[in-house]
Amino acid sequence: MLLIDCPYCGPRNENEFTYGGQAHVPYPEDPYDLTDEAWGQYLFYRDNQQGEYAERWAHAAGCRRWFNAIRDTRTYKFLAVYPMGAGRPELAGGTR
Amino acid sequence: MSAIAEELPEQPDFLWHNPSPKKSYDVVIIGGGGHGLATAYYLAKNHGITNIAILERGWLAGGNMARNTTIIRSNYLWDESAAIYEYSMKLWEGLQEELDYDFLFSQRGVMNLAHTLQEVRDSQRRVFANQLNGIDASWIEPDEIKELCPPLNTSDDIRYPIMGATWQPRGGIAKHDHVAWAFARACDRMGVDIIQGCEVTGIVKDAGRVTGVETTQGRINAGSVGMAAAGRSSLLAEMAGFRLPIQSHPLQALVSELHEPVHPTVVMSNHVHVYVSQAHKGELVMGAGVDSYNGYGNRGSFHIIEEQMAAAVELFPIFARAHVLRTWGGIVDVTLDASPIVSRTPFDNLYVNCGWGTGGFKGLPAAGYTFAHTIATGEAHPLNAPYSLDRFTTGALIDEHGAAAVAH
Repeated sequence: MLLIDCPYCGPRNENEFTYGGQAHVPYPEDPYDLTDEAWGQYLFYRDNQQGEYAERWAHAAGCRRWFNAIRDTRTYKFLAVYPMGAGRPELAGGTR
Repeated sequence: MSAIAEELPEQPDFLWHNPSPKKSYDVVIIGGGGHGLATAYYLAKNHGITNIAILERGWLAGGNMARNTTIIRSNYLWDESAAIYEYSMKLWEGLQEELDYDFLFSQRGVMNLAHTLQEVRDSQRRVFANQLNGIDASWIEPDEIKELCPPLNTSDDIRYPIMGATWQPRGGIAKHDHVAWAFARACDRMGVDIIQGCEVTGIVKDAGRVTGVETTQGRINAGSVGMAAAGRSSLLAEMAGFRLPIQSHPLQALVSELHEPVHPTVVMSNHVHVYVSQAHKGELVMGAGVDSYNGYGNRGSFHIIEEQMAAAVELFPIFARAHVLRTWGGIVDVTLDASPIVSRTPFDNLYVNCGWGTGGFKGLPAAGYTFAHTIATGEAHPLNAPYSLDRFTTGALIDEHGAAAVAH
């Protein structure tokens, strides 16, 4: 089980959390302006890389707040946690 | 030579060769799992294309083909799914004879339990849909469930009592390794090169057409390229220069030590979420849902195992004395509508078979059959036409989340 460092409650077990997929995918500014293709991209396409992945988690069985994290999808190691709305942090040598 | 060694049977012949790659093939299949093998088999058998290489970065059938829980069924809700999975079932029913290889295909029946009123309604709806599609599904009540599978706890003295189940008698299991070996031998005999330890590192393109692949064993030119790499499909697509609507997740399974045969069917429960069968040798084989997060680590979190064990022990009290012998994880590629993609791509001569999520094993023959058709003709077969990449633009999704009898 992953140990996830909630920025509001501290480290808690993974089964207190809900996964929210890729972070930093903004709602289209004007959905009516999108082609079907672009709307499909927004709805169904997400990055799926090996390595550092910016993603959302919610502390569902705790403070119930959403936050972002950067995690390595090969090792599952968390490299950073940061609040919703904040920009993706630069990681320097795996610091957090 | 000692006396004992003399009594041992001869080491059997290898079922396939290990050739070095040629410079060029008519078709290169990326991925030497069940889907890649079946695709090459049907390309050779149905379309007369035998100048084929199957490129496998690890060893033959060592990915999800070696890690699944071997369940075969076709009781899917939607017409498009029922069509392709039932076609797959019909192919399964003839494959042992066709490939001349006994891979222990056992149609012992698959039972999907319902534990809530809503599940009863959803399940009955699925049974009716299955029956309209000519699939052998029926709704059974607890007394019949007990008769078909005596070790199940069908009493009310349980957290989520069993209210009924769907039953597909033609469903069952097969020995996955032997399925792969059967296909590999057939492919090899028809002249297909199976190349192991050969990782694709780049897709070679020329003006919107794919002309070959770069690999750890050098460049291989290809008339057409088919990707059948399950969990790593997104990485291949990225090499080629397009995106797939896929997320890769760990999916775990486990086996117990060997036991006397006690469990005669396959039992799946969506609500408490576990699926259990007993393999021919006697080990209990269990699985459940994917880990929630994206991952390529071939492992998952232990609470997933813990929860499916708790569910299994609740349903089968006698399993409480069994031990976990081994757990493992594979990487499955999940689409947003929990249905596969068997499709052309934005590039000519490049085709993709992926997104089978947790259901790839049962779909293997039909995936190979339809993917071979698509590669050979450049057009979809009627069975896989609904499974094109276009559906994520048109919105014509095949929403099997939950509807497919088990959560993905």
